[in-house]
Amino acid sequence: MADVFRKMGSMAINGIWQLGFIARFFWLILVYSGQSFTRIHLTLRELYFSGVMSLLIILVSGLFVGLVLGLQGYETLQRYGASDSLGTLVALSLVRELGPVVAGLLFASRAGSAVTAEIGLMKVTEQLKAMDMMAVSPIARVVAPRFWGGVISMPLLAALFSAMGVFGGWLIGVVVIGVDDGAFWAQMQDAVDFRYDVLNGVIKSAVFGVAVALIAVFEGYDCVPTAEGVSRAITRTVVSSALAILALDFVMTSFMFRG
Amino acid sequence: MSEPLVRLENVRFAYGERAILRGISLSIPRGKVVAIMGGSGCGKTTLLRLIGGQERAVGGRVTVDGQDVAKLGRDALYALRRRMGMLFQFGALFTDMSVFDNVAFPLREHTDLPAELINDLVMMKLHAVGLRGAAKLMPGELSGGMARRVALARTIALDPMLLMYDEPFTGLDPISLGVIGQLIRRLNDALGASSVIVTHDIQESLQIVDYIYFISEGRVVAEGTPDEIRNSADPFVSQFVHAQADGPVPFHYPAGDYATALVGGAG
Ligand SMILES: Nc1ncnc2c1ncn2[C@@H]1O[C@H](COP(=O)(O)OP(=O)(O)OP(=O)(O)O)[C@@H](O)[C@H]1O
Ligand SMILES: [Mg+2]
Repeated sequence: MADVFRKMGSMAINGIWQLGFIARFFWLILVYSGQSFTRIHLTLRELYFSGVMSLLIILVSGLFVGLVLGLQGYETLQRYGASDSLGTLVALSLVRELGPVVAGLLFASRAGSAVTAEIGLMKVTEQLKAMDMMAVSPIARVVAPRFWGGVISMPLLAALFSAMGVFGGWLIGVVVIGVDDGAFWAQMQDAVDFRYDVLNGVIKSAVFGVAVALIAVFEGYDCVPTAEGVSRAITRTVVSSALAILALDFVMTSFMFRG
Repeated sequence: MSEPLVRLENVRFAYGERAILRGISLSIPRGKVVAIMGGSGCGKTTLLRLIGGQERAVGGRVTVDGQDVAKLGRDALYALRRRMGMLFQFGALFTDMSVFDNVAFPLREHTDLPAELINDLVMMKLHAVGLRGAAKLMPGELSGGMARRVALARTIALDPMLLMYDEPFTGLDPISLGVIGQLIRRLNDALGASSVIVTHDIQESLQIVDYIYFISEGRVVAEGTPDEIRNSADPFVSQFVHAQADGPVPFHYPAGDYATALVGGAG
């Protein structure tokens, strides 16, 4: 029995240490972020690798999620004779929840894992040490641009995901099933509030962007410099990002949408 | 005789519990090329890390150009490192950049030189290591020896005052080996720099260096000029010079009894 408590206690202490490390690391990234903007090509390159390279999976997934939402939404709404509200249902679910959350999960597995792997391998091959020895800070030169690349691309990807989803819902509802086109868009415009729904969605996706980007660069930088260490770090990036996104989503939703 | 550029006084260092260096004193005089030799795993790379300030000694003092490395703050340490060049044992080329960009990296980070001038400087450095034609290749497309020569070109890009080479000769064919050896010597003399070479290649070192230190079990066990080394009767030195497996330098990492390990399992 005492053993169990001891284990739990040491896990808690470890967790707090880890949080402390991440917080300190976050602070360092902010301190060394100057170059990410004065030498913008460094960040643009990462924006390309994190953002542009994730476009395809985000767009395709958004479309499919929208198609399913259209089907399921219509199926339920028409029982109550409310199939004209399909546009509202699709748009609100996407903008408030599915857009930021699903795009965040996809982003973590597509871009976050790649960032962790890249930084981790640079550590294994002593590139970070060599850079440090050349009096170039690896945090300023390698970590910060990747962090900002992730932070900037995440809200944009979430927005594209939502847009694609709405298009998918429209495709199924209006084109395939035959819901009234005018009603679909008009009800949507009436029901979706810019500040309440869209802005809150954007805030969510921005927070997820910071969380995923921070976890990804931290895990890479902190990994044990071996092949096994890197592979563990990648796994941790995907798992921790997913948990962070879902937990943060719950917290933010409970503050943002209380009816 | 002026103050040496680098001076280690009774330096001790340990990774966790394992003592690696147990009181090393040596100095690298200005303008000289010094070789450090010792068995694999005896702490040569660690020694270079201590000089570069990447590790801090547990005891003793490391001074470079009169400054105590362990006491420097980040900015002062970075200012000092700009005047140092370190060739890493495994090259450590940036794999996301071409050979050209790798060599240009320190120039671009630390100077505001125009692109044409950087181009000329990079080409000169690459020419010196015989790889001007490889400028456009990516590190993945190089052989081990080529990668090391590119790393060498990058190390010397900023014409540093202190050059540290961690095993520059490994993986080189005899021709490149001779050329690189001469290059290290000429660079040192042309720049008025000082150099440390960590190497196992005693024959090559005897030809190009001014002074040699032998390290074993965390201490300096022998030292001398190449002439003194050639004529030395010291068992350490002759084991190295004549490449004998048996002698005072242990070939084996510390371990238990061999027979027990074979019969009874490692535990
Ligand atoms: N990060 C580390 N953590 C723990 N021990 C280490 C670490 N790096 C090196 N060591 C140990 O320190 C000792 C010295 O390592 P070092 O790399 O300095 O050896 P070396 O003299 O350069 O050897 P080689 O000639 O094979 O390159 C080795 O025995 C190694 O096991
Ligand atoms: Mg070594």
